[in-house]
Amino acid sequence: MGYDLQMKVWRGDATGGELVDYTVPVEEGEVVLDALHRIQATQSGDLAVRWNCKAGKCGSCSTEINGKPRLACMTRLSTFEDGETVTVTPLRAFPVIRDLVTDVSYNYKVAETIPAFAPEPRPADGAYRMQQVDVERGQEFRKCIECFLCQTVCHVIRDHEENKPQFSGPRFFLRYAELEMHPLDTNDRRQLAREQAGIGLCNITKCCTEVCPEGIHITDNAIIPMKERVVDRSFDPVTWLGRKIFRRDQLEEAQVPQSRAE
Amino acid sequence: MAAPTGIKSPTRARIAARTLRTDRWWLYPTFTALVLLAFVAYATYRAFVGEHYFAEPYLTPFYSPCVTTECVEGSSHLGTWVGDWWPLSPAVLILVIPLSLRLTCYYYRKAYYRSFWMSPPACAVAEPHRRYTGETRFPLILQNIHRYALYLALAYNVLLTYDAVMAFKSPEGEWGHMGLGTLILVVNAVLLGLYSLSCHSCRHIIGGRLRSFSKHPVRYRAWGMVSVLNGRHAQLAWASLVWVAFTDFYIWMVASGTWSDPRFF
Ligand code: SF4
Ligand code: SF4
Ligand code: FES
Ligand code: FES
Repeated sequence: MGYDLQMKVWRGDATGGELVDYTVPVEEGEVVLDALHRIQATQSGDLAVRWNCKAGKCGSCSTEINGKPRLACMTRLSTFEDGETVTVTPLRAFPVIRDLVTDVSYNYKVAETIPAFAPEPRPADGAYRMQQVDVERGQEFRKCIECFLCQTVCHVIRDHEENKPQFSGPRFFLRYAELEMHPLDTNDRRQLAREQAGIGLCNITKCCTEVCPEGIHITDNAIIPMKERVVDRSFDPVTWLGRKIFRRDQLEEAQVPQSRAE
Repeated sequence: MAAPTGIKSPTRARIAARTLRTDRWWLYPTFTALVLLAFVAYATYRAFVGEHYFAEPYLTPFYSPCVTTECVEGSSHLGTWVGDWWPLSPAVLILVIPLSLRLTCYYYRKAYYRSFWMSPPACAVAEPHRRYTGETRFPLILQNIHRYALYLALAYNVLLTYDAVMAFKSPEGEWGHMGLGTLILVVNAVLLGLYSLSCHSCRHIIGGRLRSFSKHPVRYRAWGMVSVLNGRHAQLAWASLVWVAFTDFYIWMVASGTWSDPRFF
């Protein structure tokens, strides 16, 4: 059964903009992205909105819906109260390009600074072997669809533009954790996690975990374990002593592949 | 005036509202602040009064171990080796341990950063601070010693378990007694034990720090068990906090003669 949905959609660009009211005929079972497409098709053909899969798998349609970072294609209209106005804005942590489309290139630049997977040399028979338990451990992190909702909600950069150069953000703490927990990897990224990724700026207030559409336990399974590894490396006197005695500090530490400076 | 930052930065979509959330996002921080304040007020009062903390065989967790000469007779299981120089109540000496665990606990950090420091007050609600350095500077960089607070707390839990066992002695000193107070002390020891075992640092030390699980099957299994508890860490943090206050309150009431302890056997 169809009904009229009241919407407010942010229209504008870097020079300014405003929330524009729309009344959109929608059908039961539809999602916010359907309503946005209907606006495009019938009222404002120039409404800019990024999308691709409409299945919650490409991470393109990230917006903020009633103030919460969400995927427009996975937000069912049935989750709103009868008569509730649905407000849609672009991600508020990144530069806006037009309407609901933001420039998320900050994230790609961060990605380039993480030292890549560096496996140990192949054994004599040429085959790497990994046990199932070790494979499973990183599986959760690989569910990430790079929607950057966790990045946009993170107050470290959302509320402090000046922190962007020193901070990688939750999505990339996942990447650090995934590599650090990989049994075949030889790099030590703990120093980098602290100095370059700025993991100390995170105050584990868990908003990243709250918004992740893939339900990844970003804080509990990636950030806190990384923070604990940084403690091993830099703050715990006992592990520091252990490193000295067993000469583990002679091992290679990963280098930054590319500077973040543009 | 400094250039606007955060959601007011010049390149971002210009939206005046600090948040467009329509739900009651302020509920969690407000409730958390109220419960924590109530606990701090209660614990401070009880720690400083220095009376009604021992009702044979029950010793409240706030005063265990009681190690100054000021301690009432029978309450000092570990002796009074601190002597009489300590000017404050004996509880203050010992409460430093659980306090440092909870202050540096990853869960409580979330709770108080949100509710007291409003950094952020809730997700996608702009925080009121101009600058933000997270846990990179003094004093917050000290949060990194959390594992040491855990080691101390684990030792302290041994004492609380001892107190719970001693509560199976009758006031006359004979084994085979159990009263409501015994049960309360046992639950207290269990909850505090589970809270410390479910700690994120504990999870790391037990097995999380390994690169390869398959090479350490025993630690991997232990890590799996701690991980299950760890998933409930926040609930255990609250349950153990409320219960420890309740335990103290119960023993206070018994010790002051307000009510007497029902005896099961
Ligand atoms: S937990 Fe840390 S990374 Fe995640 S949103 Fe909060 S501050 Fe950002
Ligand atoms: S971790 Fe979750 S919220 Fe962050 S980019 Fe990946 S899928 Fe999106
Ligand atoms: S359109 Fe692909 S995740 Fe929404
Ligand atoms: S006690 Fe909460 S994380 Fe350690």
